[in-house]
Amino acid sequence: MSSRAVTAASVVDAGLSPYAPSPYLVRSRTEETSDIATLVLEPAAGVTMRPFVPGQFNMLHAFGIGEAAISISSAAGPSGELTHTVQSLGPTSKALFSARPGTCIGVRGPYGHGWPIEAAVGKDVLLAAGGLGLPPLRPLLYRLLAEREKYGRIEVVYGARTPKHLVFYEELQSWRARNDLRFQVTVDVAGREWYGDVGVVTTRIPDTRFEPANTVAFVCGPEVMMRFTAQALLARGIGPDSMYLSMERNMKCAIGLCGHCQFGPDFVCRDGPVFSYRRIGPYLTMREV
Amino acid sequence: MSSEVPGDVKAALAAHAFFKGLPEGLLAAATSAARERSYRTGEFLLREGRAADEFFALLDGKVALEMFAADRLRLTVQTVGRGDVIGWSWLAPPHRWTLDAIAVKPTRAIAIDVSALRGHFAAKPADGYEFLLRLVPVLASRIQALEMQLLEADVL
Repeated sequence: MSSRAVTAASVVDAGLSPYAPSPYLVRSRTEETSDIATLVLEPAAGVTMRPFVPGQFNMLHAFGIGEAAISISSAAGPSGELTHTVQSLGPTSKALFSARPGTCIGVRGPYGHGWPIEAAVGKDVLLAAGGLGLPPLRPLLYRLLAEREKYGRIEVVYGARTPKHLVFYEELQSWRARNDLRFQVTVDVAGREWYGDVGVVTTRIPDTRFEPANTVAFVCGPEVMMRFTAQALLARGIGPDSMYLSMERNMKCAIGLCGHCQFGPDFVCRDGPVFSYRRIGPYLTMREV
Repeated sequence: MSSEVPGDVKAALAAHAFFKGLPEGLLAAATSAARERSYRTGEFLLREGRAADEFFALLDGKVALEMFAADRLRLTVQTVGRGDVIGWSWLAPPHRWTLDAIAVKPTRAIAIDVSALRGHFAAKPADGYEFLLRLVPVLASRIQALEMQLLEADVL
């Protein structure tokens, strides 16, 4: 992943292959936790950044190592920057996590269907994020706040495993300080040094304020968290057509050809990653899927 | 004894999310043994291993449910607040608390002497059933939270 060894010319395949990544340079890197980093990317010379919408993902290429599907975590828009928040789990994500400013990374995308923001216009909005589920919801939150007058009450519930696993820590403080947004943070377990709430995301759902019949919920996190959160939201009266989940599966081609990310009748990369609960709810409790 | 219970305690208990709408006789039995308590930050409501002889209905504040592990000191496994209840060890032998509960903010609670509840349930099992119908969902949600904590431990 040396920024000297890889050049734009060496990696761009003149646009003929759908698998050819475009070269981007790491502009800055923020270490969120001991194994999660946020990378701000800028296109290399001659590369034009493609527009994206909140909820989409890119395939990030660590040259010589591999590719991984990573959600876009920055605000969308013509002048927006491209930001990805990466957790070091395997060789590729470890290389991406470790990338320093100036490093060249391959980007192909954006892919998939994003959050259906238009469904929330005129309604209360609930965002529920677990762990690394916050980065894919961050662009959505920016969009909601940018056009705040279009929505009713906005509630956010964000849970992490422990206080040291919280990401976007400084932004959390600014979001929690806003009076046009209610942002609850909770952790699964904590020591005495933590003064906030403790309990999984579902324990905060009863304390959220919204009009169930007029609310749209956007949920992202580990599947078990989404499964239980969806049940809690259904119990609060949010309908299956008003709840959207972002799925994560082992995406390889990202264009609906290879089948690695098949989930029930859908390919997560092509038909998702965002689905309505009506569409995928039944599959969340199937072991065979 | 009921005449000693201030009216605001009666009203607070009747309006509490857990007790609201319970049968009048059950509410009266609970009220007769109820006391309002205030806890400063850092003060314990109950301690692991001690006799479980009270049931707490929280009116305000925040309470941490803590476990003590020798190698990790104290771990908070959940925080609870207004509208929540604490304490069911009095329903199952050996009737000892299995967690610590400590106020992490100034907290007000109604503490109910469970001997009154036990006596009432023995005389009126239907009220005991009503009470359990309220308590079991609380237990279920705590168990589900623990399941999530276990399942997420490796993936969050």
